[in-house]
Amino acid sequence: MSLWSKHKLLEKNSIFMSIGVLVVISIGGLVEIVPLFYLKSTIEKVEGMRPYTPLELAGRNIYVREGCYNCHSQMVRPLRDEVERYGHYSLAAESMYDRPFQWGSKRTGPDLARVGGKYSDEWHRDHLNQPKSVVPGTVMPAYPWLARTALDFEHIANDLKVQAHLGVPYNSEMIANAAADVRIQATPDHPDAEALAKRYPKVQARDFDGDPKRITEADALIAYLQLLGTLVDFKLYNDKANIR
Amino acid sequence: MTLGEAGTALAFGLLAFLSLLIAAKAHTSEYAFHAYLFAAGSIAAVFAIIDRYYNRPAIKAPLTIDGKPNYNMGPIKFATVAAMFWGIAGFTVGLWAALELAFPVLNFDLPWISFGRIRPLHTSAVIFAFGGNVLIATSFYVVQRTCRARLAGDLAPWFVVLGYNFFIVIAGTGYLLGITQSKEYAEPEWYADLWLTIVWVVYFLVFLATIMRRSEPHIYVANWFYIAFILTIAVLHLGNNATIPVSIFSPKSYIVWSGVQDAMVQWWYGHNAVGFFLTAGFLAIMYYFIPKRVERPVYSYRLSIIHFWALIFLYIWAGPHHLHYTALPDWAQTLGMTFSVMLWMPSWGGMINGLMTLSGAWDKLRTDPVLRMMVVSVAFYGMSTFEGPLMSIKAVNSLSHYTDWTIGHVHSGALGWVAFVSFGAVYCLVPWLWNRKGLYSLKLVNWHFWISTIGIVLYISAMWVSGILQGLMWRAYTNLGFLEYSFIETVEAMHPFYVIRALGGALFLAGSCLMVFNLWMTVRSGGTEISTQSEPSLVPAE
Repeated sequence: MSLWSKHKLLEKNSIFMSIGVLVVISIGGLVEIVPLFYLKSTIEKVEGMRPYTPLELAGRNIYVREGCYNCHSQMVRPLRDEVERYGHYSLAAESMYDRPFQWGSKRTGPDLARVGGKYSDEWHRDHLNQPKSVVPGTVMPAYPWLARTALDFEHIANDLKVQAHLGVPYNSEMIANAAADVRIQATPDHPDAEALAKRYPKVQARDFDGDPKRITEADALIAYLQLLGTLVDFKLYNDKANIR
Repeated sequence: MTLGEAGTALAFGLLAFLSLLIAAKAHTSEYAFHAYLFAAGSIAAVFAIIDRYYNRPAIKAPLTIDGKPNYNMGPIKFATVAAMFWGIAGFTVGLWAALELAFPVLNFDLPWISFGRIRPLHTSAVIFAFGGNVLIATSFYVVQRTCRARLAGDLAPWFVVLGYNFFIVIAGTGYLLGITQSKEYAEPEWYADLWLTIVWVVYFLVFLATIMRRSEPHIYVANWFYIAFILTIAVLHLGNNATIPVSIFSPKSYIVWSGVQDAMVQWWYGHNAVGFFLTAGFLAIMYYFIPKRVERPVYSYRLSIIHFWALIFLYIWAGPHHLHYTALPDWAQTLGMTFSVMLWMPSWGGMINGLMTLSGAWDKLRTDPVLRMMVVSVAFYGMSTFEGPLMSIKAVNSLSHYTDWTIGHVHSGALGWVAFVSFGAVYCLVPWLWNRKGLYSLKLVNWHFWISTIGIVLYISAMWVSGILQGLMWRAYTNLGFLEYSFIETVEAMHPFYVIRALGGALFLAGSCLMVFNLWMTVRSGGTEISTQSEPSLVPAE
């Protein structure tokens, strides 16, 4: 059998073996990953998606820090029960500015892709502080330190700068105003609220954590949660237009 | 002083200086803590190198002594001990995480031990700390033995072993302090990833250079699997951790991929961490330790060639089955599903090759609990590589995804296959490394085997029931066409299974504590006692 004896070439030479392995393992990854970057059908065309405000981004970073993805998905599948339970199925476009993506892989708790606007700020505040106070049967840990800890946003402009460098449409005005925008969004009736809304359409600016004097980690996280899934208006979304 | 020693010492000196600089200007105290750890580790490395220089013989350790290879076992011993240490730590954290889900009061409202932080600690501790040290220890052992050559490098093997364990410390403390990328199984932040990259490159070079020294014409099949494991993990690690730090003074970084592309890259990585770290690497262990223990050659040489290339080719495609029905394009999902189903065949090729190696020696299963552990691990491998393709079918996945069924599946693979084959290998390795005649007690191995097996069965059956139950509850409708259960009702229904699961985990942990005791006594006792098992004697027929 000639083929078997040809394998001896690989078996007797560690460099050939290593190159062989590299070639064989590269194929699948290249075929599955590379087209996602150029096929236009990968990410739908939608109205309303915008980058996160600095406060929402800081909140998202807290979501990342606490490892919320271990129990919560952010991906509604197009299955009848999920669409009825959570809302319209998720679009790829809705996570186009997510670094990293947080689709998750386990639902010990419910999906959060469309949690924005479902509950009041007060509910979130109580729920984060002591989940059992609003959902008695829950197994979620309490996060009382969020409302106690002042939000660290001294360097938030750096975060926007890096994201802009990676292609997120943050312009120089947004980067210059990053730290100020955190304050504007977390302060009720701030005089510059209009400028913020111009930079970030549909932004929800108010005091989120019930303590208007301080900007805490709870402010940021609740601002992020209240935004989730609210940017695309599904009354206007035409899914037929995206069939290519 | 050799060039290697001087250069390494100098590099560590520079790293210590850089670390102190970063510590002084770090944006967060957690990051400063890590920078100090790097500084302390680097300074310790410099001292260790200088100290070693004054105490070592003037000439390098010879490659052979009296024509026999002079094996380098020191780093292997260290990695073996580290594996058992991290194993116990990882199982304990897993048990704690399981108990938190059953009894949430155990989170104690503390950030450092809340479930979201200790679950990654558990997964990393068992996969990368326990599994990784087992892989490094066995690969360094197997490559020397099968090549009949001394491990390449002077400081390099020690750098690999110590550097890898330092990475574990940085990663683990980082999770507890809230430093994470929140990418599953790739949680460590950019600086830990960079450090691991350096360690991993040296690991590959040591491994490859040792193979090049071999006095055997052929590279043994176990080494093919080790090469595939080391190389592919390097590729995956670099691809999935391509990030840009916010600043050198900040632990935070942003990944260059976003949204749907990041999802695909993540599960290309995530699934192949299973395929190459937890499968290829441990198949290498199977290919050395099972034939060695039963004293038979591998069942089929041709089967090993076919299943090796088929396995590494097909595995890479399987990632998208983690993203069924998501916003990932359908074509990618279908590809992922198709290749996952095909993957069943090479997986079972490996299982058959492992099991059939026992041909003519099946009786040893009765007398040798170490062998039994390894054989049962291969059986678990066969079971979970059947369950995996089943769960990758979209219709099944629509039920199983997001539920505990996935957790059960992972644990039948991780506890049944990875941990059991590791235990078997370590039970073999310890007497060999410490020059003991045999283990302290085979009876204890038997107890370990049964306690852990019962633990695994409790664990995975609890997760099957809870996963399928919850999946069905989510999609249940009343006869009026409304969703029957609120989400929280499905959570409450999980409680009894979470308790059973924790019990299973506790049994598994108890078994591994027996193992540590047994190994400790083996090393301490000096190996006078071979075993407590008596040879079965023939009874005359009546």
